[in-house]
Amino acid sequence: MATVPKPSELGKVDHRPPQRPWTETTPEFRPGTFCYGAKAKNLDVVGMPNPREWNPADEDWKLPDDWKDITLKGMEDRLNKFRSFKLFMDICVRCGACADKCHYFIGSGDPKNMPVLRAELIRSIYRKYFTGSGKIFSKYAGARALTEQIIKEWFYYYYQCTECRRCSVFCPYGIDTAEITMMGRELLNELGCGIDWIMGPVANCYMNGNHLGIQPHAFKDMIMFFVDEIEAVTGVRVEPTFNRKGAEVLFITPSGDVFADPGTYTLMGYMMLFHEIGLDYTWSTYASEGGNFGLFTSHEMMKRLNAKMYAEAKRLKVKWLLGGECGHMWRVINQYMDTMNGPADFLEVPKSPITGTVFENAKSTKMVHIAEFTADLIRHGKLNLDPSRNDNKIVTFHDSCNPSRAMGFFEEPRYVLKAVCNHFYDMPENTIREKTFCCGSGSGLNTDEFMEMRMRGGLPRANAVRYVHEKYGVNMLACICAIDRAVLPPLMNYWVPGVNVTGLHELVGNALVMKGEKKRTTDLRYEPLPGMEEEEEAEDV
Amino acid sequence: MYDAKKIVPGILIFVVLFTFPLWSNMGKAAPAPKPELPKTEKVCVMDTAYMKTEHMVLLNQWRDLVVRDANRLWVGPDGKEHFMSLQNSCMKCHSSKVKFCDQCHNYAGVKPYCWQCHIEPKENM
Amino acid sequence: MNASQSMVFSLVAVGILVCLPLIGVTAGMTSLFGVIIPYAAVVVFFVGIVARVVRWARSPVPFRIPTTCGQQKSFPWIKADNLDNPSDTKGVVLRMILEVLLFRSLFRNTRLEFYDGPKIRYASAKWLWLGAIVFHYSFLVVFLRHLRFFTEPVTPLVTLLESVDGFLEVGLPRLYISGLALLAGVTYLFLRRVSIPQLKYISLPSDYFPLFLIFAITATGLLMRYVFKVDIVGVKELTFGLATFHPVVPKGIGVLFYIHLFLVSVLFAYFPFSKLVHMAGVFLSPTRNLPNNSRMVRHINPWNYPVKVHTYEEYEDEFREKMIEAGLPVEKKE
Repeated sequence: MATVPKPSELGKVDHRPPQRPWTETTPEFRPGTFCYGAKAKNLDVVGMPNPREWNPADEDWKLPDDWKDITLKGMEDRLNKFRSFKLFMDICVRCGACADKCHYFIGSGDPKNMPVLRAELIRSIYRKYFTGSGKIFSKYAGARALTEQIIKEWFYYYYQCTECRRCSVFCPYGIDTAEITMMGRELLNELGCGIDWIMGPVANCYMNGNHLGIQPHAFKDMIMFFVDEIEAVTGVRVEPTFNRKGAEVLFITPSGDVFADPGTYTLMGYMMLFHEIGLDYTWSTYASEGGNFGLFTSHEMMKRLNAKMYAEAKRLKVKWLLGGECGHMWRVINQYMDTMNGPADFLEVPKSPITGTVFENAKSTKMVHIAEFTADLIRHGKLNLDPSRNDNKIVTFHDSCNPSRAMGFFEEPRYVLKAVCNHFYDMPENTIREKTFCCGSGSGLNTDEFMEMRMRGGLPRANAVRYVHEKYGVNMLACICAIDRAVLPPLMNYWVPGVNVTGLHELVGNALVMKGEKKRTTDLRYEPLPGMEEEEEAEDV
Repeated sequence: MYDAKKIVPGILIFVVLFTFPLWSNMGKAAPAPKPELPKTEKVCVMDTAYMKTEHMVLLNQWRDLVVRDANRLWVGPDGKEHFMSLQNSCMKCHSSKVKFCDQCHNYAGVKPYCWQCHIEPKENM
Repeated sequence: MNASQSMVFSLVAVGILVCLPLIGVTAGMTSLFGVIIPYAAVVVFFVGIVARVVRWARSPVPFRIPTTCGQQKSFPWIKADNLDNPSDTKGVVLRMILEVLLFRSLFRNTRLEFYDGPKIRYASAKWLWLGAIVFHYSFLVVFLRHLRFFTEPVTPLVTLLESVDGFLEVGLPRLYISGLALLAGVTYLFLRRVSIPQLKYISLPSDYFPLFLIFAITATGLLMRYVFKVDIVGVKELTFGLATFHPVVPKGIGVLFYIHLFLVSVLFAYFPFSKLVHMAGVFLSPTRNLPNNSRMVRHINPWNYPVKVHTYEEYEDEFREKMIEAGLPVEKKE
């Protein structure tokens, strides 16, 4: 694995394009800038085409003999299935408004990371084979013939896009590069040219219910470990149930929360909250993954993985679904799930058993976001909160791409945040809410071999964090996304040392005053609560 | 075709709006204007082609010379002298505003501001 | 192709298009350039646009994928942004109106400022928005003003537009602001394309060509009105003849007019096959014209097909023993 250059080196970015036209440049598969190819065994599990051992850095990609036909037929098929794809191929005027909106372009200066050029990579092929003008005028109409080199270029750049949709906010026609990248990746996957960091989790999730491939007994064990942790911090023993039929609510969160810090603290927060309000809920080991790397593979794979949520809800005869803090999971739930795997007519319109609030905005999908659920609890005064327990945390909030630009989820998490901590400062306007910057590792690119590009892509986000870090002393970056919780810590370490990362419900868990709790001296991370530093030390001795 | 309920009306609106010139004139003839030429004179102060396209420029020059320089005499390219006056020279030959000026002006949608100062001749059509 | 090649190619193309009517009309082919080509171009325009829209419409919108640029609708006590994140048709219509008429998304534009350190800032950048507004609206006004050549009596709309457009009351014939604004707009769009390095890098011949073409159309129009005047009555006889399907070709209209008319014809015919179809496409963009209500109302995908899933039964079959051992409930206890 390549070492990542120092921040001072990586921070020197030249945004001036080269002399050579983009049609004549080819990507250099340099370690740190591309992800490893999908392994045969993972493709086999889910029955994806052309499983083989290969390496993107090799000259020979071992494409199937009829790769060109597959690709062109695949394009035609998708042009006929997705109006977005067809329309976005035709109407771009190359005004350039999107150019400097992409975090990868800002951090790398590579002109093909400008959303407009990323789209032109496939648009030029579209013109050549699907438009009259492209067939006749060829390069004069901006058309290119499909070559193996172009497949490699697609791989390189469609796996250097996190489908964050920031460009689409600024595009006068709403052209969404995420749509184009999704098509590009679908086409690549038809040739067996996915990346393993996505195909591994897909295969795991398909067979075992979650990205990590945690088996049912182990899943329970891991959660029970955090039950002990909660007890150690609060003196309260929470009692989660698993695969329990007849529970009112099925709770699904990304499996990252179950195994990796700091997501695990968020998981503790969820369980403390549910215990405190007496929610009748169950975990599922079968649907033990909120995330959906199928979204980063193909629409079909997204559907295949997502199907478990409704299937399990039906089997367990719950009334409605509650979803944890996750970014792309919520894109799938908000924009795809009901269409793909609905109608969920076997469920009831979600109603908070504590406040009686009916979640009208989820009356068809029957799935509620935990931040919505908690905001409603706080609004109705159902939680006893002591925000001063978070007083040593000066917090800012990272709007995750998907809840922001595929949902519009801005106020609910902020409402919760302001109720559970006293020091909250938003980052500058152009870097939050619908204009938020990607963590740089979304859409399945959160792998270590891609670290250089991750640090580059995360630079705009880190830059905005540094601003509030320097101005207000922000030392805690809150987010509602499992990938964020996994990738923002290294990003902060790299660009803005001194800023930690937390999930929203970790802060809720800290602030939540539970019935029968012991005198708390530490937060969920075993770090002393403000004012308790001495007692902590005394205890340690 | 999908979303025909929205797209077909959209297409119709587009076609109807953009073909406005075609249907709004349906059945109309296209009478080219026939400005009535003077019976007494055969030539104007300049040749016909020039007068057709540039008369407004000439009239503007005349106006400036008369109003600003108090100069009423203008010598044409052929050496002839003319008395610069809209009402007393031009309209002496082109006696009817309605039958001469308005013919083309209305046809081409032109609204000259001559008559903001000059008194419009009273004509009975 | 690099930027200068693209520009030269487009420039030469427009140059040739200027020469064709110049040569043709001088050689007496007035009917071809005055009647046949304009008719053909208009037919191509309408058939082409309709065909293009129908082509788009033949693909469904399988998923509701609006780009949400404001707060979603959730609780009554959280103010939803129905304009940037519409949850109903009314909101969508308003969003689309603002998008189409005021270029709202473009108004959001920012400009990247990258300093050593690295330190990044995002500065306000409204020039593109302003340039686009000036360009499109002046084009619209100029286009509508031309209705005086296609209506008899001249429609009051044109009279009104002319009085507003010419309110400065300078020059003779009276100066219309729209003409100059259009020329300025198209020039700005060209200059930014060649002066911003990234933009120059992404530009194709098909970006320069329409700019040059529209520049040439505007320039010939302005020349005809203010400098080398043509017989306007003759022009209207021709254009009105076209509109009433009684084509006539009066003698003595200057060749400049035929160049203008030919370039306009080319623009019409080129329109449906180029990026200019964004005029129609902007209405169909699924990230803008859909409400964000897919958790409230189920969106139907016409090609939704059953997929292979790993069922719970298969899952339990694989893990049953481990599940029983861990005290997890199972369906079949064997």
